[in-house]
Amino acid sequence: MTEWLEKHVPKMVLAPSFIAIFVFVYGFIGWTAYVSFTRSKLLPKYDLKGTIQYERLADSPRFEVALTNLAIFGILFILFATVIGLALAILLDQKIRTEGPLRTIYLYPMALSFIVTGTAWKWILNPGLGIESVMHDLGWTDFAFNWLVDPKLAIYTIVIAGVWQSSGFVMALFLAGLRSVDNEVIRAAMVDGVSTPRIYMSIIIPSMAPIFLSAFIVLSHLAIKSFDLVIALTGGGPGYATDMPATFMYAMAFSRGDIGQAASSATVMMIIVTAIIVPYLYSELRPRHD
Amino acid sequence: MTDMSMNNAQSEKSAARVRLAQRIALRFGLYALLIVFALYYLMPLFVMVTTSLKSLDEIRTGSLLSLPRELDFSSWATAWSSACTGIQCEGLRPFFWNSVLLSVPAVFLSTLLGAVNGYVLAQWRFKGSNVLFALMLFGCFIPFQVVILPMAMTLGVLKIAGTIGGLVFVHVVYGIGFTTLFFRNYYVTVPQELVKAAKVDGAGFFRIFFSIFLPISPPIIVVTVIWQFTQIWNDFLFGVSFSQAGTQPITVALNNIVNSTTGVKEYNVDMAAAIIAALPTLFVYVVAGKYFIRGLTAGSVKG
Repeated sequence: MTEWLEKHVPKMVLAPSFIAIFVFVYGFIGWTAYVSFTRSKLLPKYDLKGTIQYERLADSPRFEVALTNLAIFGILFILFATVIGLALAILLDQKIRTEGPLRTIYLYPMALSFIVTGTAWKWILNPGLGIESVMHDLGWTDFAFNWLVDPKLAIYTIVIAGVWQSSGFVMALFLAGLRSVDNEVIRAAMVDGVSTPRIYMSIIIPSMAPIFLSAFIVLSHLAIKSFDLVIALTGGGPGYATDMPATFMYAMAFSRGDIGQAASSATVMMIIVTAIIVPYLYSELRPRHD
Repeated sequence: MTDMSMNNAQSEKSAARVRLAQRIALRFGLYALLIVFALYYLMPLFVMVTTSLKSLDEIRTGSLLSLPRELDFSSWATAWSSACTGIQCEGLRPFFWNSVLLSVPAVFLSTLLGAVNGYVLAQWRFKGSNVLFALMLFGCFIPFQVVILPMAMTLGVLKIAGTIGGLVFVHVVYGIGFTTLFFRNYYVTVPQELVKAAKVDGAGFFRIFFSIFLPISPPIIVVTVIWQFTQIWNDFLFGVSFSQAGTQPITVALNNIVNSTTGVKEYNVDMAAAIIAALPTLFVYVVAGKYFIRGLTAGSVKG
Protein backbone atom coordinates (compact mmCIF):
# COMPACT_ATOMS: atom_id res chain seq x y z
CA MET A 1 0.00 0.00 0.00
CA THR A 2 2.68 2.52 1.04
CA GLU A 3 4.74 1.42 -1.93
CA TRP A 4 1.85 2.07 -4.27
CA LEU A 5 1.33 5.41 -2.61
CA GLU A 6 4.99 6.29 -2.89
CA LYS A 7 4.92 5.45 -6.58
CA HIS A 8 1.86 7.52 -7.32
CA VAL A 9 2.42 10.51 -5.09
CA PRO A 10 3.94 12.63 -7.89
CA LYS A 11 0.89 12.07 -10.09
CA MET A 12 -1.48 12.79 -7.23
CA VAL A 13 0.31 16.05 -6.48
CA LEU A 14 0.07 17.11 -10.10
CA ALA A 15 -3.53 15.97 -10.51
CA PRO A 16 -5.46 18.94 -9.04
CA SER A 17 -3.60 21.48 -11.18
CA PHE A 18 -3.88 19.36 -14.24
CA ILE A 19 -7.58 18.73 -13.77
CA ALA A 20 -8.09 22.47 -13.24
CA ILE A 21 -6.26 23.26 -16.47
CA PHE A 22 -8.02 20.48 -18.31
CA VAL A 23 -11.45 21.82 -17.31
CA PHE A 24 -10.87 25.57 -17.18
CA VAL A 25 -8.63 25.87 -20.21
CA TYR A 26 -9.44 23.02 -22.57
CA GLY A 27 -13.01 22.38 -21.45
CA PHE A 28 -13.82 26.07 -21.63
CA ILE A 29 -12.23 26.47 -25.05
CA GLY A 30 -14.39 23.56 -26.16
CA TRP A 31 -17.50 25.17 -24.67
CA THR A 32 -16.83 28.49 -26.41
CA ALA A 33 -16.10 26.78 -29.71
CA TYR A 34 -19.31 24.73 -29.40
CA VAL A 35 -21.46 27.73 -28.54
CA SER A 36 -20.04 29.57 -31.54
CA PHE A 37 -22.00 27.11 -33.70
CA THR A 38 -25.35 27.85 -32.02
CA ARG A 39 -27.89 30.63 -32.14
CA SER A 40 -27.06 31.81 -28.60
CA LYS A 41 -28.06 35.37 -27.92
CA LEU A 42 -28.66 36.62 -24.36
CA LEU A 43 -28.43 33.09 -22.96
CA PRO A 44 -26.39 30.19 -24.27
CA LYS A 45 -28.31 27.64 -26.35
CA TYR A 46 -26.97 24.22 -27.09
CA ASP A 47 -28.53 23.07 -30.36
CA LEU A 48 -26.07 23.34 -33.21
CA LYS A 49 -27.05 25.67 -36.02
CA GLY A 50 -24.02 25.52 -38.30
CA THR A 51 -21.80 28.44 -39.13
CA ILE A 52 -24.40 31.17 -38.79
CA GLN A 53 -22.34 33.10 -36.19
CA TYR A 54 -19.30 33.11 -38.45
CA GLU A 55 -21.42 34.32 -41.36
CA ARG A 56 -22.66 37.15 -39.16
CA LEU A 57 -19.06 37.96 -38.19
CA ALA A 58 -18.04 38.02 -41.84
CA ASP A 59 -20.91 40.41 -42.59
CA SER A 60 -20.17 42.64 -39.61
CA PRO A 61 -18.44 45.89 -40.60
CA ARG A 62 -17.43 46.31 -36.98
CA PHE A 63 -15.57 43.00 -36.90
CA GLU A 64 -13.92 43.87 -40.18
CA VAL A 65 -12.67 47.08 -38.59
CA ALA A 66 -11.45 45.05 -35.60
CA LEU A 67 -9.47 42.65 -37.78
CA THR A 68 -8.03 45.47 -39.90
CA ASN A 69 -7.00 47.28 -36.74
CA LEU A 70 -5.36 44.16 -35.38
CA ALA A 71 -3.37 43.87 -38.61
CA ILE A 72 -2.31 47.54 -38.58
CA PHE A 73 -1.53 47.55 -34.89
CA GLY A 74 0.13 44.14 -34.93
CA ILE A 75 2.48 44.90 -37.80
CA LEU A 76 3.52 48.37 -36.65
CA PHE A 77 3.75 47.40 -32.99
CA ILE A 78 5.94 44.36 -33.66
CA LEU A 79 8.09 46.24 -36.17
CA PHE A 80 8.77 49.33 -34.08
CA ALA A 81 9.16 47.49 -30.78
CA THR A 82 11.67 45.09 -32.37
CA VAL A 83 13.67 47.80 -34.13
CA ILE A 84 13.82 50.08 -31.08
CA GLY A 85 14.50 47.17 -28.75
CA LEU A 86 17.36 45.88 -30.90
CA ALA A 87 18.84 49.36 -31.37
CA LEU A 88 18.77 50.01 -27.62
CA ALA A 89 20.34 46.65 -26.88
CA ILE A 90 23.19 47.28 -29.32
CA LEU A 91 23.76 50.81 -28.00
CA LEU A 92 23.79 49.54 -24.42
CA ASP A 93 26.20 46.78 -25.33
CA GLN A 94 29.06 49.26 -26.05
CA LYS A 95 30.48 49.06 -22.51
CA ILE A 96 28.32 51.89 -21.26
CA ARG A 97 29.26 52.95 -17.75
CA THR A 98 25.69 53.81 -16.73
CA GLU A 99 24.16 50.70 -18.25
CA GLY A 100 22.36 49.64 -15.06
CA PRO A 101 20.39 52.84 -14.48
CA LEU A 102 19.64 53.27 -18.20
CA ARG A 103 18.32 49.72 -18.42
CA THR A 104 16.12 50.37 -15.43
CA ILE A 105 14.69 53.45 -17.14
CA TYR A 106 14.08 51.71 -20.47
CA LEU A 107 12.28 48.80 -18.87
CA TYR A 108 10.12 50.37 -16.17
CA PRO A 109 7.01 50.78 -18.40
CA MET A 110 6.81 46.99 -18.42
CA ALA A 111 5.98 47.09 -14.70
CA LEU A 112 2.97 49.33 -15.33
CA SER A 113 -0.55 48.24 -16.06
CA PHE A 114 -1.77 48.98 -19.58
CA ILE A 115 -4.54 50.97 -17.93
CA VAL A 116 -1.94 53.29 -16.36
CA THR A 117 -0.06 53.57 -19.67
CA GLY A 118 -3.29 54.30 -21.52
CA THR A 119 -4.30 56.94 -18.99
CA ALA A 120 -0.93 58.68 -19.25
CA TRP A 121 -0.83 58.71 -23.05
CA LYS A 122 -4.45 59.76 -23.30
CA TRP A 123 -3.46 62.88 -21.43
CA ILE A 124 -0.21 63.45 -23.35
CA LEU A 125 -1.96 63.06 -26.71
CA ASN A 126 -4.94 65.11 -25.60
CA PRO A 127 -5.89 67.41 -28.50
CA GLY A 128 -5.62 70.93 -27.17
CA LEU A 129 -3.83 70.52 -23.85
CA GLY A 130 -1.26 67.82 -24.68
CA ILE A 131 1.66 67.68 -27.10
CA GLU A 132 -0.26 70.05 -29.36
CA SER A 133 -0.01 72.93 -26.92
CA VAL A 134 3.68 72.20 -26.29
CA MET A 135 4.33 72.65 -30.01
CA HIS A 136 2.24 75.83 -30.05
CA ASP A 137 4.30 77.20 -27.17
CA LEU A 138 7.48 76.39 -29.08
CA GLY A 139 6.21 78.66 -31.85
CA TRP A 140 4.76 76.03 -34.21
CA THR A 141 1.29 77.53 -33.98
CA ASP A 142 -0.46 75.59 -36.73
CA PHE A 143 0.71 72.22 -35.41
CA ALA A 144 -2.33 70.00 -35.00
CA PHE A 145 -2.32 66.65 -33.29
CA ASN A 146 -5.81 65.23 -32.97
CA TRP A 147 -5.13 61.58 -33.71
CA LEU A 148 -7.03 60.50 -30.60
CA VAL A 149 -10.32 61.82 -31.96
CA ASP A 150 -9.67 61.13 -35.63
CA PRO A 151 -11.28 57.80 -36.59
CA LYS A 152 -8.65 57.21 -39.27
CA LEU A 153 -5.63 57.93 -37.09
CA ALA A 154 -6.71 56.89 -33.59
CA ILE A 155 -5.36 53.37 -34.05
CA TYR A 156 -1.85 54.82 -34.39
CA THR A 157 -2.03 56.34 -30.91
CA ILE A 158 -2.39 52.79 -29.61
CA VAL A 159 0.76 51.87 -31.53
CA ILE A 160 2.61 54.81 -29.93
CA ALA A 161 1.63 53.82 -26.40
CA GLY A 162 2.12 50.11 -27.01
CA VAL A 163 5.61 50.57 -28.41
CA TRP A 164 6.52 52.83 -25.51
CA GLN A 165 5.42 50.18 -23.05
CA SER A 166 6.95 47.10 -24.66
CA SER A 167 10.14 48.13 -26.49
CA GLY A 168 12.19 48.03 -23.28
CA PHE A 169 11.20 44.43 -22.83
CA VAL A 170 12.42 43.58 -26.31
CA MET A 171 15.66 45.36 -25.42
CA ALA A 172 16.06 43.08 -22.39
CA LEU A 173 15.57 40.01 -24.59
CA PHE A 174 18.15 41.16 -27.14
CA LEU A 175 20.62 42.26 -24.48
CA ALA A 176 20.50 38.80 -22.95
CA GLY A 177 21.11 37.42 -26.44
CA LEU A 178 24.04 39.76 -27.15
CA ARG A 179 25.69 38.71 -23.91
CA SER A 180 25.56 35.07 -24.91
CA VAL A 181 27.16 35.50 -28.36
CA ASP A 182 30.45 33.62 -28.63
CA ASN A 183 33.19 36.13 -27.79
CA GLU A 184 35.92 34.16 -29.54
CA VAL A 185 34.36 34.64 -32.96
CA ILE A 186 34.01 38.36 -32.40
CA ARG A 187 37.56 38.73 -31.17
CA ALA A 188 38.86 36.84 -34.19
CA ALA A 189 36.88 39.11 -36.52
CA MET A 190 38.22 42.19 -34.74
CA VAL A 191 41.78 40.93 -35.09
CA ASP A 192 41.11 40.52 -38.82
CA GLY A 193 40.17 44.21 -38.89
CA VAL A 194 36.46 43.77 -39.54
CA SER A 195 34.61 46.97 -38.61
CA THR A 196 32.18 47.02 -35.67
CA PRO A 197 29.04 47.67 -37.78
CA ARG A 198 29.97 44.74 -40.03
CA ILE A 199 30.55 42.49 -37.05
CA TYR A 200 27.02 43.30 -35.91
CA MET A 201 25.43 42.96 -39.32
CA SER A 202 27.05 39.73 -40.38
CA ILE A 203 27.95 37.88 -37.19
CA ILE A 204 26.02 39.00 -34.12
CA ILE A 205 22.54 39.79 -35.46
CA PRO A 206 22.24 36.61 -37.56
CA SER A 207 23.27 34.54 -34.55
CA MET A 208 20.31 35.94 -32.63
CA ALA A 209 17.65 34.45 -34.87
CA PRO A 210 16.04 32.54 -31.95
CA ILE A 211 15.68 35.81 -30.03
CA PHE A 212 13.95 37.46 -32.98
CA LEU A 213 11.55 34.55 -32.93
CA SER A 214 10.94 34.86 -29.18
CA ALA A 215 10.38 38.60 -29.48
CA PHE A 216 7.97 38.04 -32.35
CA ILE A 217 6.01 35.45 -30.38
CA VAL A 218 5.76 37.61 -27.26
CA LEU A 219 4.85 40.77 -29.19
CA SER A 220 2.29 39.15 -31.48
CA HIS A 221 0.75 37.54 -28.45
CA LEU A 222 0.53 40.93 -26.72
CA ALA A 223 -0.98 42.43 -29.87
CA ILE A 224 -3.75 39.87 -30.18
CA LYS A 225 -4.60 40.12 -26.49
CA SER A 226 -4.48 43.93 -26.42
CA PHE A 227 -7.59 44.95 -24.63
CA ASP A 228 -6.70 47.09 -21.59
CA LEU A 229 -4.67 49.57 -23.60
CA VAL A 230 -7.46 50.14 -26.12
CA ILE A 231 -10.05 50.52 -23.38
CA ALA A 232 -7.94 53.01 -21.43
CA LEU A 233 -6.66 55.03 -24.38
CA THR A 234 -9.57 55.28 -26.80
CA GLY A 235 -12.32 53.08 -25.36
CA GLY A 236 -12.48 51.52 -28.83
CA GLY A 237 -13.58 54.86 -30.26
CA PRO A 238 -14.24 57.24 -31.84
CA GLY A 239 -17.31 55.13 -32.61
CA TYR A 240 -15.75 51.71 -33.06
CA ALA A 241 -12.79 52.99 -35.06
CA THR A 242 -10.18 51.43 -32.75
CA ASP A 243 -12.00 48.23 -31.93
CA MET A 244 -9.86 45.11 -31.87
CA PRO A 245 -11.04 41.50 -31.70
CA ALA A 246 -10.47 41.52 -27.91
CA THR A 247 -12.66 44.60 -27.35
CA PHE A 248 -15.21 43.43 -29.93
CA MET A 249 -15.60 40.16 -28.03
CA TYR A 250 -15.99 41.98 -24.74
CA ALA A 251 -18.59 44.36 -26.13
CA MET A 252 -20.61 41.48 -27.59
CA ALA A 253 -20.42 39.50 -24.35
CA PHE A 254 -21.12 42.20 -21.80
CA SER A 255 -22.83 45.16 -23.43
CA ARG A 256 -24.61 43.74 -26.48
CA GLY A 257 -25.68 40.48 -24.84
CA ASP A 258 -24.80 38.56 -27.98
CA ILE A 259 -23.15 35.38 -26.74
CA GLY A 260 -23.03 33.85 -30.21
CA GLN A 261 -20.96 36.70 -31.63
CA ALA A 262 -18.81 36.84 -28.50
CA ALA A 263 -18.07 33.12 -28.70
CA SER A 264 -17.33 33.13 -32.42
CA SER A 265 -15.02 36.17 -32.23
CA ALA A 266 -13.23 34.59 -29.24
CA THR A 267 -12.79 31.43 -31.28
CA VAL A 268 -11.28 33.44 -34.13
CA MET A 269 -8.80 34.95 -31.65
CA MET A 270 -8.00 31.50 -30.35
CA ILE A 271 -7.30 30.25 -33.87
CA ILE A 272 -4.94 33.16 -34.58
CA VAL A 273 -3.03 32.58 -31.33
CA THR A 274 -2.85 28.82 -31.89
CA ALA A 275 -1.47 29.30 -35.39
CA ILE A 276 1.41 31.31 -33.90
CA ILE A 277 2.03 29.55 -30.60
CA VAL A 278 1.74 25.85 -31.44
CA PRO A 279 4.62 25.69 -33.94
CA TYR A 280 6.71 27.72 -31.51
CA LEU A 281 5.98 25.50 -28.49
CA TYR A 282 6.51 22.44 -30.64
CA SER A 283 9.97 23.58 -31.68
CA GLU A 284 10.85 24.65 -28.12
CA LEU A 285 9.74 21.44 -26.40
CA ARG A 286 10.96 18.97 -28.98
CA PRO A 287 13.82 16.95 -27.48
CA ARG A 288 17.09 18.38 -28.71
CA HIS A 289 19.81 16.13 -30.03
CA ASP A 290 22.84 18.26 -29.43
CA MET B 1 66.76 59.35 -43.23
CA THR B 2 66.31 60.69 -39.71
CA ASP B 3 64.14 63.44 -41.12
CA MET B 4 61.79 60.96 -42.68
CA SER B 5 61.39 58.83 -39.58
CA MET B 6 60.69 61.96 -37.59
CA ASN B 7 58.04 62.96 -40.10
CA ASN B 8 56.58 59.51 -39.91
CA ALA B 9 56.44 59.59 -36.16
CA GLN B 10 54.76 62.96 -36.28
CA SER B 11 52.12 61.94 -38.82
CA GLU B 12 51.47 58.77 -36.84
CA LYS B 13 50.96 60.87 -33.76
CA SER B 14 48.50 63.18 -35.48
CA ALA B 15 46.67 60.21 -36.99
CA ALA B 16 46.36 58.75 -33.52
CA ARG B 17 45.04 62.09 -32.32
CA VAL B 18 42.42 62.11 -35.09
CA ARG B 19 41.39 58.57 -34.18
CA LEU B 20 41.11 59.54 -30.52
CA ALA B 21 38.98 62.56 -31.43
CA GLN B 22 36.79 60.33 -33.58
CA ARG B 23 36.35 57.86 -30.77
CA ILE B 24 35.46 60.60 -28.32
CA ALA B 25 32.93 62.03 -30.77
CA LEU B 26 31.45 58.59 -31.30
CA ARG B 27 31.21 57.97 -27.55
CA PHE B 28 29.61 61.38 -27.13
CA GLY B 29 27.03 60.64 -29.82
CA LEU B 30 26.35 57.27 -28.26
CA TYR B 31 25.67 58.74 -24.84
CA ALA B 32 23.56 61.52 -26.36
CA LEU B 33 21.41 58.94 -28.13
CA LEU B 34 21.03 56.85 -24.98
CA ILE B 35 19.99 59.92 -23.01
CA VAL B 36 17.43 60.92 -25.65
CA PHE B 37 15.87 57.46 -25.34
CA ALA B 38 15.92 57.72 -21.55
CA LEU B 39 14.03 61.02 -21.80
CA TYR B 40 11.51 59.41 -24.14
CA TYR B 41 10.76 56.66 -21.62
CA LEU B 42 10.73 59.04 -18.67
CA MET B 43 8.57 61.73 -20.30
CA PRO B 44 5.17 60.13 -19.56
CA LEU B 45 6.14 59.54 -15.92
CA PHE B 46 7.36 63.13 -15.66
CA VAL B 47 4.14 64.43 -17.18
CA MET B 48 2.05 62.27 -14.86
CA VAL B 49 3.85 63.45 -11.73
CA THR B 50 3.92 67.14 -12.65
CA THR B 51 0.31 67.16 -13.84
CA SER B 52 -0.82 65.53 -10.60
CA LEU B 53 0.80 68.36 -8.64
CA LYS B 54 -0.69 71.23 -10.65
CA SER B 55 -3.99 72.99 -10.15
CA LEU B 56 -6.60 72.65 -12.91
CA ASP B 57 -6.11 76.30 -13.73
CA GLU B 58 -2.41 75.86 -14.24
CA ILE B 59 -3.04 72.78 -16.38
CA ARG B 60 -5.33 74.73 -18.70
CA THR B 61 -3.08 77.74 -19.08
CA GLY B 62 0.40 76.26 -18.69
CA SER B 63 2.45 73.82 -20.70
CA LEU B 64 2.35 70.06 -20.47
CA LEU B 65 6.10 69.92 -19.89
CA SER B 66 6.47 72.75 -17.37
CA LEU B 67 7.13 72.17 -13.71
CA PRO B 68 4.28 72.98 -11.31
CA ARG B 69 4.45 76.53 -9.92
CA GLU B 70 3.76 75.25 -6.44
CA LEU B 71 3.33 71.75 -5.10
CA ASP B 72 -0.34 71.04 -4.65
CA PHE B 73 -1.02 67.58 -3.24
CA SER B 74 -4.79 67.99 -3.10
CA SER B 75 -5.34 65.91 -6.26
CA TRP B 76 -3.58 63.01 -4.56
CA ALA B 77 -5.93 63.29 -1.60
CA THR B 78 -8.91 63.45 -3.95
CA ALA B 79 -7.72 60.46 -5.98
CA TRP B 80 -7.13 58.43 -2.83
CA SER B 81 -10.29 59.16 -0.90
CA SER B 82 -12.98 61.10 -2.76
CA ALA B 83 -12.76 60.77 -6.55
CA CYS B 84 -15.86 59.28 -8.18
CA THR B 85 -15.67 55.83 -9.76
CA GLY B 86 -19.17 55.89 -11.16
CA ILE B 87 -21.87 56.56 -8.57
CA GLN B 88 -19.53 55.80 -5.68
CA CYS B 89 -17.22 58.66 -4.61
CA GLU B 90 -14.72 57.14 -2.20
CA GLY B 91 -11.59 57.45 -4.29
CA LEU B 92 -9.21 54.60 -5.01
CA ARG B 93 -8.74 53.56 -1.38
CA PRO B 94 -11.31 50.73 -1.17
CA PHE B 95 -10.20 49.37 -4.56
CA PHE B 96 -6.55 49.51 -3.59
CA TRP B 97 -7.38 47.22 -0.67
CA ASN B 98 -9.45 44.98 -2.96
CA SER B 99 -6.38 44.51 -5.12
CA VAL B 100 -4.25 43.74 -2.05
CA LEU B 101 -6.80 41.24 -0.72
CA LEU B 102 -6.97 39.68 -4.15
CA SER B 103 -3.31 39.47 -5.06
CA VAL B 104 -1.86 38.20 -1.76
CA PRO B 105 -3.72 34.85 -1.65
CA ALA B 106 -3.66 34.46 -5.45
CA VAL B 107 0.11 34.97 -5.60
CA PHE B 108 0.69 32.65 -2.64
CA LEU B 109 -1.47 29.80 -3.96
CA SER B 110 -0.27 29.94 -7.55
CA THR B 111 3.38 30.03 -6.44
CA LEU B 112 2.88 27.07 -4.09
CA LEU B 113 1.16 24.99 -6.77
CA GLY B 114 3.79 25.99 -9.33
CA ALA B 115 6.57 24.82 -7.00
CA VAL B 116 5.19 21.32 -6.45
CA ASN B 117 4.10 20.95 -10.08
CA GLY B 118 7.50 22.08 -11.32
CA TYR B 119 9.18 19.66 -8.89
CA VAL B 120 7.16 16.73 -10.26
CA LEU B 121 7.64 17.69 -13.91
CA ALA B 122 11.38 18.22 -13.51
CA GLN B 123 12.39 15.39 -11.18
CA TRP B 124 9.62 12.79 -10.98
CA ARG B 125 8.83 12.34 -14.64
CA PHE B 126 6.46 9.61 -15.63
CA LYS B 127 5.10 8.43 -18.94
CA GLY B 128 3.26 11.33 -20.50
CA SER B 129 4.56 13.97 -18.09
CA ASN B 130 6.12 15.96 -20.92
CA VAL B 131 2.79 16.02 -22.74
CA LEU B 132 1.12 17.28 -19.55
CA PHE B 133 3.75 19.99 -19.30
CA ALA B 134 3.15 21.06 -22.91
CA LEU B 135 -0.59 21.17 -22.29
CA MET B 136 -0.11 23.31 -19.17
CA LEU B 137 2.27 25.60 -21.01
CA PHE B 138 -0.15 26.15 -23.85
CA GLY B 139 -2.67 27.28 -21.25
CA CYS B 140 -0.42 30.30 -20.57
CA PHE B 141 -0.84 31.57 -24.07
CA ILE B 142 -4.56 31.37 -24.72
CA PRO B 143 -6.40 34.65 -25.24
CA PHE B 144 -8.53 34.79 -22.11
CA GLN B 145 -11.54 35.98 -24.10
CA VAL B 146 -12.02 32.35 -25.04
CA VAL B 147 -12.70 31.32 -21.43
CA ILE B 148 -14.53 34.37 -20.11
CA LEU B 149 -18.09 33.33 -20.93
CA PRO B 150 -17.98 29.82 -19.44
CA MET B 151 -15.98 31.14 -16.47
CA ALA B 152 -18.62 33.77 -15.74
CA MET B 153 -21.27 31.03 -15.72
CA THR B 154 -19.12 28.72 -13.59
CA LEU B 155 -18.48 31.42 -10.99
CA GLY B 156 -22.24 31.91 -10.86
CA VAL B 157 -22.86 28.21 -10.31
CA LEU B 158 -20.18 28.10 -7.59
CA LYS B 159 -21.85 31.16 -5.98
CA ILE B 160 -18.61 33.14 -6.04
CA ALA B 161 -19.53 35.46 -8.93
CA GLY B 162 -18.58 39.05 -8.18
CA THR B 163 -16.56 38.16 -5.10
CA ILE B 164 -12.87 38.61 -4.37
CA GLY B 165 -12.68 34.87 -3.72
CA GLY B 166 -13.93 34.26 -7.26
CA LEU B 167 -11.21 36.51 -8.70
CA VAL B 168 -8.56 34.75 -6.60
CA PHE B 169 -9.79 31.45 -8.02
CA VAL B 170 -9.57 32.73 -11.60
CA HIS B 171 -6.08 34.17 -11.14
CA VAL B 172 -4.79 30.97 -9.54
CA VAL B 173 -6.22 28.75 -12.29
CA TYR B 174 -4.75 30.81 -15.12
CA GLY B 175 -1.50 31.53 -13.26
CA ILE B 176 -0.50 27.91 -12.64
CA GLY B 177 0.88 27.47 -16.16
CA PHE B 178 3.50 30.18 -15.78
CA THR B 179 4.45 29.36 -12.19
CA THR B 180 4.87 25.70 -13.13
CA LEU B 181 7.06 26.72 -16.07
CA PHE B 182 9.31 28.86 -13.83
CA PHE B 183 9.84 26.15 -11.21
CA ARG B 184 10.13 23.33 -13.69
CA ASN B 185 12.88 25.11 -15.65
CA TYR B 186 14.69 25.91 -12.41
CA TYR B 187 14.50 22.43 -10.90
CA VAL B 188 15.42 20.70 -14.13
CA THR B 189 19.01 21.91 -13.69
CA VAL B 190 19.38 19.89 -10.49
CA PRO B 191 21.12 16.59 -11.35
CA GLN B 192 18.77 13.63 -11.17
CA GLU B 193 21.49 11.63 -9.36
CA LEU B 194 20.86 13.75 -6.31
CA VAL B 195 17.25 12.62 -6.12
CA LYS B 196 18.26 9.03 -6.81
CA ALA B 197 20.82 9.09 -4.01
CA ALA B 198 18.28 10.58 -1.61
CA LYS B 199 15.81 7.85 -2.56
CA VAL B 200 18.39 5.19 -1.84
CA ASP B 201 18.84 6.77 1.58
CA GLY B 202 15.12 6.23 2.13
CA ALA B 203 13.89 9.82 1.66
CA GLY B 204 10.42 10.13 0.15
CA PHE B 205 8.81 12.58 -2.27
CA PHE B 206 8.02 15.30 0.24
CA ARG B 207 11.14 14.81 2.32
CA ILE B 208 13.31 15.38 -0.78
CA PHE B 209 11.27 18.43 -1.72
CA PHE B 210 11.57 20.04 1.70
CA SER B 211 15.19 19.19 2.41
CA ILE B 212 16.79 19.52 -1.02
CA PHE B 213 14.62 21.58 -3.35
CA LEU B 214 12.97 24.12 -1.10
CA PRO B 215 16.28 25.35 0.39
CA ILE B 216 17.66 26.15 -3.10
CA SER B 217 14.44 27.83 -4.24
CA PRO B 218 14.52 31.40 -2.86
CA PRO B 219 15.68 33.00 -6.16
CA ILE B 220 12.97 31.32 -8.24
CA ILE B 221 10.36 31.98 -5.56
CA VAL B 222 11.22 35.68 -5.74
CA VAL B 223 11.01 35.64 -9.55
CA THR B 224 7.65 33.87 -9.49
CA VAL B 225 6.14 36.01 -6.74
CA ILE B 226 7.15 39.20 -8.55
CA TRP B 227 5.83 37.94 -11.87
CA GLN B 228 2.51 36.82 -10.44
CA PHE B 229 2.09 39.95 -8.35
CA THR B 230 2.71 42.19 -11.36
CA GLN B 231 0.33 40.17 -13.53
CA ILE B 232 -2.46 40.09 -10.98
CA TRP B 233 -2.13 43.67 -9.77
CA ASN B 234 -2.12 44.95 -13.35
CA ASP B 235 -4.88 42.68 -14.62
CA PHE B 236 -7.88 44.42 -16.09
CA LEU B 237 -9.78 41.86 -18.18
CA PHE B 238 -10.63 39.45 -15.34
CA GLY B 239 -11.25 42.34 -12.98
CA VAL B 240 -13.72 44.07 -15.25
CA SER B 241 -15.44 40.83 -16.25
CA PHE B 242 -15.83 39.08 -12.91
CA SER B 243 -16.20 41.81 -10.28
CA GLN B 244 -19.09 43.97 -9.19
CA ALA B 245 -19.43 47.42 -7.61
CA GLY B 246 -17.80 46.65 -4.25
CA THR B 247 -15.16 44.16 -5.33
CA GLN B 248 -13.47 45.82 -8.28
CA PRO B 249 -9.67 45.81 -8.39
CA ILE B 250 -7.75 49.07 -8.67
CA THR B 251 -7.22 48.97 -12.45
CA VAL B 252 -10.98 48.89 -13.03
CA ALA B 253 -11.51 51.72 -10.54
CA LEU B 254 -8.79 53.79 -12.21
CA ASN B 255 -10.41 53.33 -15.60
CA ASN B 256 -13.75 54.36 -14.11
CA ILE B 257 -12.28 57.52 -12.56
CA VAL B 258 -10.64 58.53 -15.83
CA ASN B 259 -13.69 57.80 -17.95
CA SER B 260 -16.41 59.06 -15.64
CA THR B 261 -18.14 61.80 -17.53
CA THR B 262 -19.78 63.68 -14.68
CA GLY B 263 -18.54 67.16 -13.85
CA VAL B 264 -15.32 68.89 -14.85
CA LYS B 265 -12.52 66.73 -16.22
CA GLU B 266 -9.88 66.71 -13.48
CA TYR B 267 -6.69 65.73 -15.27
CA ASN B 268 -4.60 66.21 -12.14
CA VAL B 269 -6.77 63.74 -10.20
CA ASP B 270 -6.60 61.25 -13.11
CA MET B 271 -2.81 61.40 -13.08
CA ALA B 272 -2.56 61.08 -9.29
CA ALA B 273 -4.88 58.06 -9.46
CA ALA B 274 -2.78 56.49 -12.23
CA ILE B 275 0.39 56.90 -10.17
CA ILE B 276 -1.27 55.43 -7.06
CA ALA B 277 -2.38 52.42 -9.11
CA ALA B 278 1.14 52.02 -10.51
CA LEU B 279 3.10 52.54 -7.27
CA PRO B 280 3.07 48.97 -5.87
CA THR B 281 4.39 47.34 -9.05
CA LEU B 282 6.82 50.20 -9.68
CA PHE B 283 8.12 49.80 -6.14
CA VAL B 284 8.66 46.08 -6.65
CA TYR B 285 10.40 46.82 -9.95
CA VAL B 286 12.75 49.35 -8.40
CA VAL B 287 13.77 47.20 -5.41
CA ALA B 288 13.90 43.85 -7.23
CA GLY B 289 14.38 44.74 -10.89
CA LYS B 290 16.87 41.94 -11.46
CA TYR B 291 14.31 39.30 -10.55
CA PHE B 292 11.59 41.08 -12.50
CA ILE B 293 13.66 40.95 -15.67
CA ARG B 294 14.58 37.33 -15.06
CA GLY B 295 10.89 36.48 -14.90
CA LEU B 296 10.15 38.40 -18.08
CA THR B 297 12.83 36.64 -20.05
CA ALA B 298 12.41 33.22 -18.42
CA GLY B 299 9.52 32.18 -20.60
CA SER B 300 10.92 33.40 -23.86
CA VAL B 301 14.65 32.71 -24.02
CA LYS B 302 15.90 29.19 -24.43
CA GLY B 303 17.59 28.23 -21.18
